[in-house]
Amino acid sequence: MAYLDIKQLRKAYNETEILKGIDLEINDQEFVVFVGPSGCGKTTLLRSIAGLEEVTSGQIVLDSTDITQLPPAKRDLAMVFQSYALYPHMSVKENMSFALKLAGIEKAVIEKKVKETAEILELGPLLERKPKDLSGGQRQRVAIGRAIVRNPKVFLFDEPLSNLDAALRIQMRLELAKLHKELKTTMIYVTHDQVEAMTLADKVVLLNQGKIEQIGSPLDLYTKPANKFVAGFLGMPRMSFLDGKIVSSGTEGIQVQLAAGENVSLPTRETSLSTGTPVSLGVRPEHVSISDVANGHLQARLEVSEHLGSDTYYYVKTPTNESITIRSDNQNKVNDNEAVGLQLDLTQCHLFEKEGNRIY
Amino acid sequence: MTTLKQQKQIHAILLGTLSWTIALILFFPIFWMVLTSFKTEIDAFATPPSIFFWPTLENYLTINERSDYFHFAWNSVVVSFGATIAGMIIAIPAAFSMAFYETKRTKTTLLWMLSTKMLPPVGVLMPIYLIFKDFSLLDTKTGLTIIYTLINLPIMVWMIYTYFKEIPKDILEAARIDGASVMQEILLVLIPMTKGGLASTALLSLILSWNEAFWSLNLTSSEAAPLTALVASYSSPEGLFWAKLSAVSTLACAPILIFGWVSQKQLVRGLSFGAVK
Amino acid sequence: MGTSITMSNTNQHNASAASTKTPLPTPLKPRKSLGSFLVTPSVLILLVWMIVPLAMTIYFSLIRYNLLYPGDNELVWLENFEFFVTDDGFFAGISNTLILVGSVLVITVAMGVGISVLINSSFWGQGIVRVLLISPFFIMPTVSSLVWKNLIFHPVSGVLAAIWQFFGATPIDWFTTYPLLSIIIIVAWQWLPFAILLFVTALQSLDQEQQEAARLDGAGSWSIFYYLTLPHLARPIAVVVMIETIFLLSLFAEIFTTTGGGPGYETTNLAYLIYSQALLQFDVGMASAGGLIAVILANIAAFFLVRVIGKNLTDKP
Repeated sequence: MAYLDIKQLRKAYNETEILKGIDLEINDQEFVVFVGPSGCGKTTLLRSIAGLEEVTSGQIVLDSTDITQLPPAKRDLAMVFQSYALYPHMSVKENMSFALKLAGIEKAVIEKKVKETAEILELGPLLERKPKDLSGGQRQRVAIGRAIVRNPKVFLFDEPLSNLDAALRIQMRLELAKLHKELKTTMIYVTHDQVEAMTLADKVVLLNQGKIEQIGSPLDLYTKPANKFVAGFLGMPRMSFLDGKIVSSGTEGIQVQLAAGENVSLPTRETSLSTGTPVSLGVRPEHVSISDVANGHLQARLEVSEHLGSDTYYYVKTPTNESITIRSDNQNKVNDNEAVGLQLDLTQCHLFEKEGNRIY
Repeated sequence: MTTLKQQKQIHAILLGTLSWTIALILFFPIFWMVLTSFKTEIDAFATPPSIFFWPTLENYLTINERSDYFHFAWNSVVVSFGATIAGMIIAIPAAFSMAFYETKRTKTTLLWMLSTKMLPPVGVLMPIYLIFKDFSLLDTKTGLTIIYTLINLPIMVWMIYTYFKEIPKDILEAARIDGASVMQEILLVLIPMTKGGLASTALLSLILSWNEAFWSLNLTSSEAAPLTALVASYSSPEGLFWAKLSAVSTLACAPILIFGWVSQKQLVRGLSFGAVK
Repeated sequence: MGTSITMSNTNQHNASAASTKTPLPTPLKPRKSLGSFLVTPSVLILLVWMIVPLAMTIYFSLIRYNLLYPGDNELVWLENFEFFVTDDGFFAGISNTLILVGSVLVITVAMGVGISVLINSSFWGQGIVRVLLISPFFIMPTVSSLVWKNLIFHPVSGVLAAIWQFFGATPIDWFTTYPLLSIIIIVAWQWLPFAILLFVTALQSLDQEQQEAARLDGAGSWSIFYYLTLPHLARPIAVVVMIETIFLLSLFAEIFTTTGGGPGYETTNLAYLIYSQALLQFDVGMASAGGLIAVILANIAAFFLVRVIGKNLTDKP
């Protein structure tokens, strides 16, 4: 069992607040990913859970024990560092058995555990090597192994894949997912890579400037972003935003007049908005398509196109100088600087208040 | 016309010759000292100095009779190693604290420590002399060890600090999560990881202690006098014992000289206080 | 000691700063780590080492205190300073100290840079040349002084005398004719290896591509040296200047074993002057006054060095 409850966690260095009151519940066996731009506080949050940072106020409760003040070793969690943090003077085997040895566990037991773990991670033949004789992927495995041997309640991962090359990163990502299924333990994973967040997480916690912007399943965050920040952070290429204002709202939908052109109507029953409210219409690249100049919701001019083979990205500019990205899987030939019409899939668009919260 | 390759070769030969000449000139006094130690006293004082002579070991054999060489050498060994060990024991925790628990004051503390080295020994000679007299530390190995520990401490803390600074914090944090206490962090993780740097620090402390001459000349007379004092006693022009002086000097310098040669690469990293990589 | 106090203060400060904004669920006491206290022993030891003798020196400097004439140690205030400053040797002591430190610094840095650049290019026997060059650093000062005095500088049997005679010149009695210069030569010989050791190591990390780029840009050897090599050596030069100053300000053994401060006061530096006051004349009061003056001078030097060079050392690029 591992149930982690974080209440009103704050952390400040001098006058700067890094964490501004974090409330978060993490359930047993959950794979939770903290994601956010650099400096958002995700690593600090992880390190506070690990006990490597003293928090300024708040509480961290693990299975009804308050661990806020406990030293790291007494918290029953293990951490995998971005730099792996292997002990360079110890062999793989010694690295993995260090914690157990410090805990005063019998040699035979240690031996057995290390062997088992090495098998899971396919480290068997490397046990006598030193970290400097291992490849990046192997080091990563040892770092994970060092965490597994301790059989912790919670695994903490601090951007563990960011030092690996692209191919290895994908492979390790899959292995981590497999490992989570095998071990059935709670895992907390910090990353700035949204692909890792989307693929690994049961629950994504998106942080920004020391605050949680949204918690939810990856698809929830993608399809129902709580605000403009979340909408803009997730998704590659990013969502495009168009300024506009409410023309009318009623049971039949909201009419929005876009600064760039026509009125569009969104199928929502939201009625509390008064006419004239400035809003922002968010549309993902896959929900825009190129049409004839005459037929679209908008007119725009193509700036650049990128042909990726499977998809093509078009970057266009509206007459009001707003940028829109379009992802298309047909290879229609559009020349740079050519005028195009844009067709929006209005059922998939989002509408945000000026402050950023989502209306629709 | 010479080709580019030829030009380069000539260049290399010229530079090499010049380098060798300078090196030989600078090394000459040491070479001459060693050479003189194998001369008879008459050869040693010959005018012009004799380059070809019948080498003799006589000086080395009589040194101990004349001046009890091993007594002084033993003092040097005890005091240098004692001060080095004591210094390491005090400096390692301090450097650990400053490297991994850095606060706003850490840099000031470091610079302040170094500035205690700027305190000229003469400025505090009288008080130390009197304190030593009161505590019966004058002319004792203990007293000299204490002084050497103190005067080398700032430099040792600095050097060890720069080595510790190179260790990524992650590794100590990993050890902490693995359940290591502060003592275990230092003993099981940090010291094994920095053993090269620590060795060079110890080495520098040894060299400085071995060669120190202000305090040893002023605080010891016979009982605890190290080799520096023995050599200095030859400065009085009581007789023309230059061959023997050379032999004593050679013996006094040889251990540290060989130490230095073997470990010059390690030594320089520490000496430069991290300014040179 | 000071360090750990600051740390806990900061933390408490943070806690209170945060608490004014929102009520805290649990007010936390800062967890004090053993690690941050470990600097305390060293700081305490050094503090005692600095303060106790210094306080005693200050006290002694204000009283009449001669070991030869025991009796009442009456307070004479600045009389000792007055005697010391008006002593014949005082001016000589100060100027000799400055000349010594200054010339040795200039010689070692200039020759050190030159020799380092020279031996940085590859030639036969580079390793041996390096070993030969750094050797004098490991020789104890009493030995190097005596070797230079008796085997090299000696007017009758010294090597230099032989060379002078070989060219038909009259041998020079170095310690009588150029006493201070002789000492400068010895000390520079001792410290030159230190400079070379540091500079050579620094040169090895000089960016090779940068030099090649400069060569392609049409820079000659001199321009490369001036615009690339010298700036690269700035930090090691700073280190050499600082360390050498520390040791040279209190230069003693070399003078003690060669000239004994003479002839007259020609080779008496401040350290030696105080030594001769204190231990040779047993005047504790006056020696202490001199010691304090040395401390003040050292502090002036330290002030500049620590400000200028210390910054260079602690702020890693």
